[in-house]
Amino acid sequence: MIPSCFEYHKATSIADAIAKLQDNEDAKLLAGGHSLLPMMKLRFSEAPYLVDINGIEGLKGISIDGDTITIGAMTTESELIRSDILQQYCPLLVEAAKLVADPQVRNKGTIGGDVAHGDPGNDHPAVMLALDAQLVIHGPDGERMIPANGFFLGTYWTALEEYEILVAIKVPALTSGTGHGYHKLKRKTGDYAVAGSAVVVEMNGDVVRDIRIGLTNVAPMAIRAEAAEDLIRGKRVDDVLLKAVEKAIVAACDPAVDLRGDEEYKSHMAAIMARRSIIQAIENAKE
Amino acid sequence: MDTVADKQKREDSLNGVGCSRKRKEDARFIQGKGNYTDDIKMPGMLFADMVRSPYAHARIISINTEKALALPGVHAVLTAADLKPLNLHWMPTLAGDVQAVLADEKVHFQYQEVALVVADDRYIAADAIDLVEVEYEELPVLVDPHKAMTAEAPILREDLVGKMEGAHSTRKHDNHIFNWQAGEKDATDRVFDAAEVTVSQDMVYHRVHPCPLETCGCVASMDKINGKLTVYLTSQAPHVVRTVVSMLSGLPESSVRIVSPDIGGGFGNKVGIYPGYVASIVASIVLGVPVKWVEDRMENISTTAFARDYHMRGELAADSNGIIKALRVNVLADHGAFDSCADPSKFPAGFMHICTGSYDIPVAHLNVDGVYTNKAPGGVSYRCSFRVTEAVYVIERTMDVLAQKLGIDKAEIRRRNFVKKEQFPYTTCLGFELDSGDYHTALEKVLDAVDYKGLRREQEEKRANGELMGIGLVTFTEVVGAGPSKSCDILGVGMFDSAEIRVHPTGSVMARMGTITQGQGHQTTYAQIIASELGITSDEIAIEEGDTDTSPYGLGTYGSRSTPVGGAATAVAARKIKAKAKKIAAHLLEVSEDDLEWEVDRFKVKGVPGQEKTMKDIAWAAYNNVPEGMEPGLEAVDYYDPPNFTFPFGAYLCVVDIDKDTGVTDIRRFYALDDCGTRINPMIIDGQIHGGLTEGYAVAMGQEMPYDEEGNLLGNTLMDYFLPTFVETPKWETDYTVTPSPHHPIGAKGVAESPHVGSIPTFTSAMVDAFAHLDVTHMDMPHNAYRVWKQIKALGLLDN
Ligand SMILES: Cc1cc2nc3c(=O)[nH]c(=O)nc-3n(C[C@H](O)[C@H](O)[C@H](O)COP(=O)(O)OP(=O)(O)OC[C@H]3O[C@@H](n4cnc5c(N)ncnc54)[C@H](O)[C@@H]3O)c2cc1C
Repeated sequence: MIPSCFEYHKATSIADAIAKLQDNEDAKLLAGGHSLLPMMKLRFSEAPYLVDINGIEGLKGISIDGDTITIGAMTTESELIRSDILQQYCPLLVEAAKLVADPQVRNKGTIGGDVAHGDPGNDHPAVMLALDAQLVIHGPDGERMIPANGFFLGTYWTALEEYEILVAIKVPALTSGTGHGYHKLKRKTGDYAVAGSAVVVEMNGDVVRDIRIGLTNVAPMAIRAEAAEDLIRGKRVDDVLLKAVEKAIVAACDPAVDLRGDEEYKSHMAAIMARRSIIQAIENAKE
Repeated sequence: MDTVADKQKREDSLNGVGCSRKRKEDARFIQGKGNYTDDIKMPGMLFADMVRSPYAHARIISINTEKALALPGVHAVLTAADLKPLNLHWMPTLAGDVQAVLADEKVHFQYQEVALVVADDRYIAADAIDLVEVEYEELPVLVDPHKAMTAEAPILREDLVGKMEGAHSTRKHDNHIFNWQAGEKDATDRVFDAAEVTVSQDMVYHRVHPCPLETCGCVASMDKINGKLTVYLTSQAPHVVRTVVSMLSGLPESSVRIVSPDIGGGFGNKVGIYPGYVASIVASIVLGVPVKWVEDRMENISTTAFARDYHMRGELAADSNGIIKALRVNVLADHGAFDSCADPSKFPAGFMHICTGSYDIPVAHLNVDGVYTNKAPGGVSYRCSFRVTEAVYVIERTMDVLAQKLGIDKAEIRRRNFVKKEQFPYTTCLGFELDSGDYHTALEKVLDAVDYKGLRREQEEKRANGELMGIGLVTFTEVVGAGPSKSCDILGVGMFDSAEIRVHPTGSVMARMGTITQGQGHQTTYAQIIASELGITSDEIAIEEGDTDTSPYGLGTYGSRSTPVGGAATAVAARKIKAKAKKIAAHLLEVSEDDLEWEVDRFKVKGVPGQEKTMKDIAWAAYNNVPEGMEPGLEAVDYYDPPNFTFPFGAYLCVVDIDKDTGVTDIRRFYALDDCGTRINPMIIDGQIHGGLTEGYAVAMGQEMPYDEEGNLLGNTLMDYFLPTFVETPKWETDYTVTPSPHHPIGAKGVAESPHVGSIPTFTSAMVDAFAHLDVTHMDMPHNAYRVWKQIKALGLLDN
């Protein structure tokens, strides 16, 4: 549990951080450190040069402009949970953040790190997919914005290019007729999901006009359950439909086997979590 | 002045036995001011780290330490080759086996100790272990104990080949450790053959780890000038460690000082002597400077003493009314690669023969075979007396199976078979003399408290709706307080324990014991015993344990032995002081001893109000005015060899609701009634029970050490290994009855392990009960959601 030698540098600005990444081979950004440091301590990952982006002006904080909420990448889980803006306009993020790890981790871990790390076990990626979030990225060539859908490419593998930094996340504010749900099955507090599912629905009366279902920890990366979404779009949700949705979700899963369960269990749990989130989201949309 | 109220006031001010005095220990612990082994810093101290085997079974072809030694800051790399000339590459275990200190030619389990690196700091040491090059040749691995004694099984212990006389019996196979039996085989078999009803249930008591929050570690410091070796070590048995270290090193025992500082939980994990300790001691002797070695979490879970791994079959023969006629228990015990269980020498399966439980069973037979496998060694008692958890599990589970087969309620079948109150002291057919008990009262109290009949009605309704609700019930009897030296010893040292009490001239007290607290609150409760015996307030009584240079010899704290043995020694030593005090009082009051009577904190002359001497007066006089011929001073030592064990008991009930979709279990209710005899500090008892129930919950519902077929341990971090926080922990309801032990000086029995022992089968009983209407008789632990879901699926209960 002792990492090998590394150098530590504190970046003073986004530009400085990018420059430090460019100037040092194998340099890594240090955000909350709660994914990176455990891997270094277990010596799964060698990071000879750390660029600390804590304290950089403008990377933290939550604001709302029209119906777009902007969340700085360095905003911690605890800050998400306490945010009035999110509680009112994007309760899904608050609910999901409460289910991340434990209070100690939530006080340090950042939403940007959670998304950028590319760990299929992390909760935010599926939430990003369900929310149809946009990711604001800075790199040597300036700024670009890309959708979360398509960002998660595999385990510890995202669409971030070399020397790029995720600086902010933009999510739509909840409008009337929209509902959110997140359910996560875990063995205990502080555990990653056996399976989790984030759902956003847009209702038209009893009919689901649109739905996005994100799944946590049941594939090499967070995924959208598109076949299941197709079954629901334009329909009234009832038990028969939900059964079919569950089947579609099980078929979409490709989980890794570990002590949390085998493929069958995890896939079924993804389906159960999705069902519960769908029901919750539809309920919420009525309010 | 001499009123009843005054007497009561004086009594209360003692803070003696029976009061919920606040724990003396807490002030330092809750302020972060504890002093644990890893807090010890010594000038010039170096740090050690261990090179460990990645394989479960492999031959060591070569070890190259050159690169590691070349790293700046590295002082030494020890391997078996370095220890061999000192004959310390192997060490004796408490169970009569030997264990490799550093792997000699072969590794026998994953993470086995291969080399010790000593460096300037913890970080250099960690880098250096990566530089030690070990070449292995992999060997076939034996993981399943059921295959250990087959012809095809790889032979694990080449050092024992041909040595068929084991420490406890003849060995039947090279992978066999011992066979141990109790009871009458033929007589039992005959009853089974003729019985109206028999049941048989196989069950696996899975491998778990005590997982104390503080891992194992030591700071060894050899002072070459005065030849004294001091070792700070997180040990539950510091005096035994001193004896072993002296025997191993050849240093006289007086030149070895073992200090157990504050201990962050032991639970059996800190009874044994580990390779890391021996290697660190050697390193300190060789280098002449202090050496610190502290395990990380993964090392602790992977290598130091696991618990259980008992593969059991319980069988009962009964008549059609459920009256038990005989019990048969068979055990295959997986001890891992070395037999390093910590049991009294004559009991390789501990007190497994308490498996007759709380029941009046005419005849029984117990058969235990211990085998080697390529897993970490251990088999210690995790928060229980030697193998008592296993014993209680097998009898309580098998009782449920019998009840189920006969269609008799599980409370009723217990009622019918209990040893009755008037039968105590009761000698079981496997040889224990149960000291006292009142099982019927305990059971009825619990059933009334929870409205058992109402719960059963509710369960009926739930079952009709397809819901899963289970009610678990256990009525256990433990055996603790090892133990009478006629049957119990460790390495030949009888399992007595000791107390030394000194009353100072001003009437305050310093007392030292051979036990060692690890969260039990000895500083609080021993003082309460002395307070009540001597009439001195416990606030002026200081308790010290754990330093072998100052405290009297004792066998340590495990198996709930502190109160039954150390507490008895404390009471008896106090009584010796009181006897002397009485003589001094008679002298001061110029009366005969017979004229005196004791009242709370003073001797009074019978019938003469005002003629009295308080213990404080007497203490002062002890140092300046004793009767002629008496030596001055007021102190006593007692080495207490208990006449018998004590037998705490309890009745536990648990209600669970299971989510059919996910397999997640909600512990709706847990009601625990304990009888530990005289209650010294009710608040501490409650705390111990809460802790024990929580650990029992952890074992039953989540803890496990799973190995794959290559012998890789799959879950050795706290991400996987289940240590419940209060988020997961159910709400506990506690209750009690008081049936004092007739042979213990103050009637106390020991309590801290009952909740662990009793709760684990209660959880299983509840889980199985949820499925009992579907003819399920048993489910193996841990009852985590994944395993429960598989059961639900196997029964076709998933609604698809
Ligand atoms: C015990 C424990 C339990 C946990 N349980 C959960 C859980 O249930 N759910 C969950 O979601 N997470 C869980 N986590 C992970 C935790 O939430 C991490 O905090 C999070 O995954 C990473 O965020 P961080 O700020 O700590 O990033 P770091 O650990 O500092 O960084 C992680 C990786 O992302 C990169 N990175 C960080 N920020 C950026 C950025 N702005 N732009 C580009 N790259 C960046 C880093 O270079 C690094 O490679 C757990 C962690 C622990 C220790």
